[in-house]
This record gives sequence, structure tokens and C-alpha cells, in this order.
Amino acid sequence: MTASAPLEIAGPAAPPRSNGELVFAAPWESRAFGLAVTVYDAGAFEWSQFQAALIAQIAAWERAHPAGGCFSYYGCWLAALESVLAEAGMITSHDIADRAAVLAARPPGHDHDH
Amino acid sequence: MTETTSSERLPIELRTEALEQLLTERGLVDPAVMDKFIQTYETAVGPMNGAKVIAKAWTDPEYRERLLADGTAAIAELGFKGPQGEHIVVIENTAQRHNVVVCTLCSCYPWPVLGLPPSWYKDPAYRARMVREPRVVLAEMGVELPADTEIVVRDSSSEVRWLVLPERPAGTEDMSEEQLAGLVTRDAMVGVAKVSAP
Repeated sequence: MTASAPLEIAGPAAPPRSNGELVFAAPWESRAFGLAVTVYDAGAFEWSQFQAALIAQIAAWERAHPAGGCFSYYGCWLAALESVLAEAGMITSHDIADRAAVLAARPPGHDHDH
Repeated sequence: MTETTSSERLPIELRTEALEQLLTERGLVDPAVMDKFIQTYETAVGPMNGAKVIAKAWTDPEYRERLLADGTAAIAELGFKGPQGEHIVVIENTAQRHNVVVCTLCSCYPWPVLGLPPSWYKDPAYRARMVREPRVVLAEMGVELPADTEIVVRDSSSEVRWLVLPERPAGTEDMSEEQLAGLVTRDAMVGVAKVSAP
């Protein structure tokens, strides 16, 4: 049960002693954040819809990891965005998986050859 | 709810990149607009906004009254608004009562005044334990409270996003509003720290 796990004292989830920590732990987290805010801003969904999906994703993660573990807030965030977009009929998780597979097949160093 | 099994088979970086490409191709995301949002939240929106709100409340009794009566409206007076800025309720910490904020469901957080939530705020251990044993967790985070100080855990939600008005520390009577803003930390506005005089 995560409820009895102590707070990390080091590492990315550690309670801070100053305000100087990074907002995003990895570049993809900032992209996932930006995508949700941008699509929302364009009027594709209500923020409350996204929030409900995020609550559901976090609850599902907690049910699947009763002993705690490597929680990823922005992993849940991305899954919530995917589900809201799928419900709106805009993009399915198949579309995303297919495109991700294409991206995975790129040769090594594809983004460093210029 | 959408099945997330497939998302676990491919690295999340690739999945995020794939989604960005698809949304961009379909005209649902303008990358320039998105970069602006990210940059804004990385650099321009953060706890320094909230610190200005708190310092003004400490030095302007009428503003303090408006802030405690309608947080969102009083905060908007200073130009801070936007997503997650609705329904902000400001609650005052005193020697008798210490308020601390958590969001047990999804880590709601008042973005316009505090920026994006830090990783510990989103951590399931913080979310669960602060509700159960706030005095212990606060002590772990460096806030030792006298036994007779009441602790109230405020659970943020889409209807109420809490912001703590910390106690103004003694010995700061001669400081200006701007100097005071420099003392106010994000953690104090969440209730997991106190503000100290310099």
C-alpha cells in the first residue's frame, strides 16, 4: 500500500527544500503537458473532461500498483489525453501505436545527421 | 476508459512524439502555440506570482479581505489567471491553525499563482499520507508544529483549489511589499513550510 510508504528523500519525487527544481523531469513530459493544454485551448474538450480522465488514470494506476512503485504523473497525463481524444473520435490509440511503431523503426541517429 | 496496455509496450517518449505528429498533421495543434505554452509554464508562471499575492495581502488589509472572500477575483486583480485558476480559495494559517493542501484524486494545483505542481505533490505517498498522518509528514518536510496547533488538511478538487496565506513572520514590520514577496516560498503557500524572516 503506497499509503505507508515514506516520502522519497532523494530522487524525482523528493520533497523539496527550495523552489529551484525542474518543472519537467524529461522532455517528453513537457510535450505531453503542452499537447493537452494546446488542444484544450483550441476548444477540443472541456478541462473537466480531461481532469476526470486523469483522475481515472491515476486511480487505475494505484489499483494496479498496490505496493507503490515507479509512479509517472505525466504517464497518467498522456493516457488521460489519449482517452479524451479517443472519446471525442479524434485520434484512436491504434493511430498512436501505429505511428509510434513507424517512429521506432527509424534508423539510429536519424535526428543527428544534419 | 481506454485500454493502456498498448502504451506500455512502446516507450512513452515515442508515444508522445507520435501523438504530437498526428495532432499537428490534423491541424489540432500548432507547434508554435504549443511551444509558447510550455515556455510560459517553464519560465513565466510560477510561485513568484503567488508570492506577490501573499505580500500584498500582508501589507494591504483591504486586499487581504478581498483575497479571503474571493481568491480567484483578487488574484486576477494582479493579472494572474488561466487554466486551473478558477475557484481558488485562500485560507489563512495562524498560530492556532495550520492548513496544508493536497489533492487526493489528481494533484489539482492553482497554476496561475504557483506554476505547475512539483513532483512530490504528485507523488501517491504524499497524497495518501498527508491525509492520514499530517503531523508526521509535515515534520518529515521540516515543519515541526506545537501539539496544540490544529492541522487541517485541505483537499483540492475541480471545485476548490486551495492556496495557503502563510503567517507573516515576526521581525518583518519594516519590510516593503516587494521585499516580503522575496520571502514567500511555494512550499509555504501549499502549507508544507513556514515563512522565515531573513
